Amino acid sequence: MPTTLKNEAVIVGIGQTKYTKNSGVSELALASEAVRNAIDDAGLVPSDIDGLTTFLLDNNDEIEVARSVGIGDIKLFSRIGYGGGAATSIVHQATMAIATGTCDYVVAYRALNGRSGQRYSQGVSGDIVTSDLIHWSWYMPWGLLTPASWVAMFTQRYMHEYGAKAEDLGQVALAMRNHAVNNPDAFFYERPLSEEDYSTARMICEPLRLYDCCQETDGGCAVVITSPERARDLRHPGAQIRGVACAAAAEQEQMTSFYRDDITTLPEMDQVAEQIYAQSGLGPQDIDAAVIYDAFSSIVFFQLESFGFCKVGEAKDFVQEGNLSAKGGRLPTNTHGGQLSEAYIHGVNGIVEGTRLIRGTSANQPERNDHVLVTSGVGVPTSGLILGQLT
Amino acid sequence: MLSAEKKKELEEAIYAFVGKPIGPPFTGRDVVNEPMIRQWCDAMGETSPNYLDAVAAEKSPHGGIVAPPMMLQAWVMQGWEMHEGYDEPKNEEHRLHKLLTDAGYEGVLGTDTEQSFSRYLRLGDAVTADTVIEHISEEKATGAGVGYFITTRATFTDQNGAELGWMTFRVLKFIPNQPQQAASDDDGAAQPAKPARIKPPMGHDNSWWWQACTDGKIQIQRCGGCEKLRHPPRPMCGACGSMEWDAVESSGRGTLHTYTVIHYPQFPGYEFPIIAALVDLEEGVRMMSSISGCDYEKVEIGMPLQGVIHEDEDGFALPIFRPREDSQ
Repeated sequence: MPTTLKNEAVIVGIGQTKYTKNSGVSELALASEAVRNAIDDAGLVPSDIDGLTTFLLDNNDEIEVARSVGIGDIKLFSRIGYGGGAATSIVHQATMAIATGTCDYVVAYRALNGRSGQRYSQGVSGDIVTSDLIHWSWYMPWGLLTPASWVAMFTQRYMHEYGAKAEDLGQVALAMRNHAVNNPDAFFYERPLSEEDYSTARMICEPLRLYDCCQETDGGCAVVITSPERARDLRHPGAQIRGVACAAAAEQEQMTSFYRDDITTLPEMDQVAEQIYAQSGLGPQDIDAAVIYDAFSSIVFFQLESFGFCKVGEAKDFVQEGNLSAKGGRLPTNTHGGQLSEAYIHGVNGIVEGTRLIRGTSANQPERNDHVLVTSGVGVPTSGLILGQLT
Repeated sequence: MLSAEKKKELEEAIYAFVGKPIGPPFTGRDVVNEPMIRQWCDAMGETSPNYLDAVAAEKSPHGGIVAPPMMLQAWVMQGWEMHEGYDEPKNEEHRLHKLLTDAGYEGVLGTDTEQSFSRYLRLGDAVTADTVIEHISEEKATGAGVGYFITTRATFTDQNGAELGWMTFRVLKFIPNQPQQAASDDDGAAQPAKPARIKPPMGHDNSWWWQACTDGKIQIQRCGGCEKLRHPPRPMCGACGSMEWDAVESSGRGTLHTYTVIHYPQFPGYEFPIIAALVDLEEGVRMMSSISGCDYEKVEIGMPLQGVIHEDEDGFALPIFRPREDSQ
């Protein structure tokens, strides 16, 4: 493993577009052309590229560029803020990714209609048409405006394919709530949910009812991360990161990856699983408890399958019989109550809970806690990690 | 609406009430007694002998008649004169309400209450309430209008100063929403624009597609290099890298890949419930749309659909799908 970035990466291709005052094309067209030219210059093909990094201010999402250019699976998507200060920083990002073996080939890029479009000299101008805005516009006119509606589309197809029923989704909502009732931090502390409450709650977007949807919360969470050497000298038992990875898979869209042949699985989460199991040398049988991102009940199904706790289509069976319960379940899941029943802090409360599980201080502490899985948002480029006892 | 300065002034004034008792502790005019218990039980349909039958109650664990716990507040209610207090405040709570009323927060709604009881009240107990303004929320937007939630907490004690229970009560003081203006007196006055569906922003990579809708066509982008069809449109072919493209017209024939029926939340400009649909077109691409002309309970994955261009009242055109009869 390298200890410095010295000599760890090399620039092997360059690409550019024409420089004009009025390109007459979209910013995404400029980015696509520049990226493609750099790949050609290096003598590579788009599928060789597995990482993309750019400015936070850039209007071309990494996944939009990837789809446009024909880059498939990517393992690094990265944005650097602070205006022009990002220029050499994006090369730094790429270098780190290479030095650590995260990626094989990273493209760092920036493209803008800086004169005919949004001019920094003019301050905030009128409507700017970005690739991201155009992406959403393929859904908004038909009324698909909310996360529940996007997730419902996948859920409906999944249930159709595998015969999962509403009451199977309910097992997730009820399991999370049973944990929350014991957790004083949870919104639903001491407020149990009955099967009847669940099944008679109002319909939001079929098949998702109210309690299939997470809460909205004001709040914040933070974690401090340091080296194992330093961690050994600190107060609490450390939660060591055994594996951590991110992934955006081919044909990725934000929340609406509707154009893949099969929309009932999460290829990006499959890749996160593959990566963190490989890094850690662990498998699903080694995971003692999990914090599975639960913005909606159904996305827990997809992830149970991605991480190999059951076969594809069998999550509906896995969630029965208290398998998600801290009280002797096969996989105690969301022992804090999850985002469905503790709080919605965008998954960071899950990282806090994962750490508590390793320390042995969860409100619903299971007996075994050698390894804990924590996952991130679903339907978007995502990530996951495995925590273990500090060695 | 208040100016920022006036609002700051108002908020300083109202938040100064937090933690204050509404007045001196108030002791009920009558001690716990049988006639009031009977009347309360009659009104509430309460029939337990513990409250009503001296002989039976004597044999109960209470050893005599007790008052229903829910009556706790009834022993210290102050009567009609306090209702009058809104114009001429008689206690701190009413002074607080008046400040808000005078600033335009004229509405008041009880929102919720919580109660806790420490013991049963026996005949002859004297109840005293000590009520404090416990909390005032920040300004909230609610369905009724913008306003502040005010929580008071009453603590009830007996003649020996021992706690009998407590009650929190929360009200919303708010600026009532203006009712929608009915038909205006002077006809021809500008009508507010009817809400319409959200429009796509028009850029290089998509405006041609929407223009084709306006022209009555459902288009599919086709690569100029390898002729692969793609949707939604993008500037470069992911298969061959060509930036050349044209478009072919879709037949609109397809089948339903998946769908959701959107019930909530309901945005202006759309008719609910919406049947949002992902359609596999026979040309081999998938297209987002919605379904009309079909009861949402009859929608099923795999059903044959026919796309047509639908034009909204404001002239915006987009593809909508309907059930297709000829399913070959």
